[in-house]
Amino acid sequence: MDDSITLKGIKEGLLVTVKPEGRWPDLAGRLMTLIDSQGHFFRGAHVTLSLGERDLRRNELASVQAQLAQRDVTLVAVLSDSFTTAGSAEKLGLKTALSAGELEMDASAALPLKPPPIDPEERGTDGVLIRRTLRSGRTVHSDGHVVVVGDVNAGAVIVAGGDVIVWGRLRGVVHAGANGDENAVVCALYLAPTQLRIAGYITISPEDRRRRPKPEKAVVRHGRIEAEAWV
Amino acid sequence: MGARVITVTSGKGGVGKTTATANLAVALATLNKKVVCIDADIGLRNLDVVMGLENRIVYDLVDVVEGRCKLRQAMVKDKRVADLYLLPAAQTRDKTAVSPQDMILLTNQLREDYDYILIDSPAGIEWGFRNAVAPADEVIVITNPEVSAVRDADRIIGLIEAEERKVPASLVINRVKPDMVRKGDMLSVDDVLEILSVRLLGVIPEDEHILISSNRGAPLALDHEKSAAGDAFRNIARRLTGEKVPLLDLQQKGGVLRRLARMFGAAEPNA
Repeated sequence: MDDSITLKGIKEGLLVTVKPEGRWPDLAGRLMTLIDSQGHFFRGAHVTLSLGERDLRRNELASVQAQLAQRDVTLVAVLSDSFTTAGSAEKLGLKTALSAGELEMDASAALPLKPPPIDPEERGTDGVLIRRTLRSGRTVHSDGHVVVVGDVNAGAVIVAGGDVIVWGRLRGVVHAGANGDENAVVCALYLAPTQLRIAGYITISPEDRRRRPKPEKAVVRHGRIEAEAWV
Repeated sequence: MGARVITVTSGKGGVGKTTATANLAVALATLNKKVVCIDADIGLRNLDVVMGLENRIVYDLVDVVEGRCKLRQAMVKDKRVADLYLLPAAQTRDKTAVSPQDMILLTNQLREDYDYILIDSPAGIEWGFRNAVAPADEVIVITNPEVSAVRDADRIIGLIEAEERKVPASLVINRVKPDMVRKGDMLSVDDVLEILSVRLLGVIPEDEHILISSNRGAPLALDHEKSAAGDAFRNIARRLTGEKVPLLDLQQKGGVLRRLARMFGAAEPNA
């Protein structure tokens, strides 16, 4: 690729510099090809065109603006040493100057012309996994979430800063969101805790739970703890 | 390797640990096994009374540990069965007179010469319980079909599972009343197992003969007359020896238990 078109990441988005030499239709076409070849990189970008002494009429600039818009690229400003071009830009409601701050080079957007690598890593949260039944007298304390694969028997206690998920029967005492997080939830395949707390709320299981055990989730809603189907 | 050391425990008091220890010891001895039972309930000894050996005690466990006598001198022989011995607890001391290490050393001295060493644990989860469990190769947890006893059994099983040394635990449910279970007034074997999820070794029906025999100092398992609880203990003893014995068919007493018996008999041939 020749150097008639250069890209630079700035605070305001992308600065596209097109050299004043060469025929404009060729250069405009080359710019669009460049954008298309970069895939997602330009999508949603804000672009400032720096055109030097090139004279562009309003319809030429409008055409570029429209072609950029088709590619989901917004033309925000045109920097030019030509009165004609600057006037065209003003008529289209574009800025004709950027402040020093806006022009400042953005290191994070500094271009290699390759798209930045996509990070496939999901940022998880901290938690504790217990792969056994918690029997009477056992306790689990965690500032994160607590996941139990097994039962939580009556007499066992779980206190978690986050959520509590029990893949089994929950019959003990459980406190989710113990540091005050009211969005914390408690889920179990069979939810029949001796006592259930979420943040500052507290409840006990309904007396007669002879109905068919089903997965349930307890949440804070309307100022109290409610259980709903866990799906 | 020699003897298997089996500790009988429960957490809660009064569920039948001592009765079970005495009866299993007698039942194993009548199967021609060499058996010693050790009463680890120091300060509250009972096993000697239930076995009817109280008046023959000279030395006790603490005397052995503190070196006042030889181990053999403290062992009381039961004259009604061949090869059944009791190592009684001290009545005048407390649990701290013995350490878990003492118990391990003591049982190791006995392992060579016997087939089974049964240890009767005190109630609770403190020092005495730790003494009783320290030398165990396996643990039998006794419970009753009532909520508080099951809760304590759960606690005990949790403590045993938390040990580094992986000691297998199995369950005996004592004092089951089929009539009450049928009416829904008592936890069923099924209910208990759902909570404890542990291997079922046996179910003992409620039987007034137990009280009579304990007071007389003659464990039911000695007596070959028909008694439901005696049969149940003898069956557990046979299961301990590796024989496959189905759970008692309590047909006359309740359909529920019978159904369960079939279920567990089929699922757990070793239970």
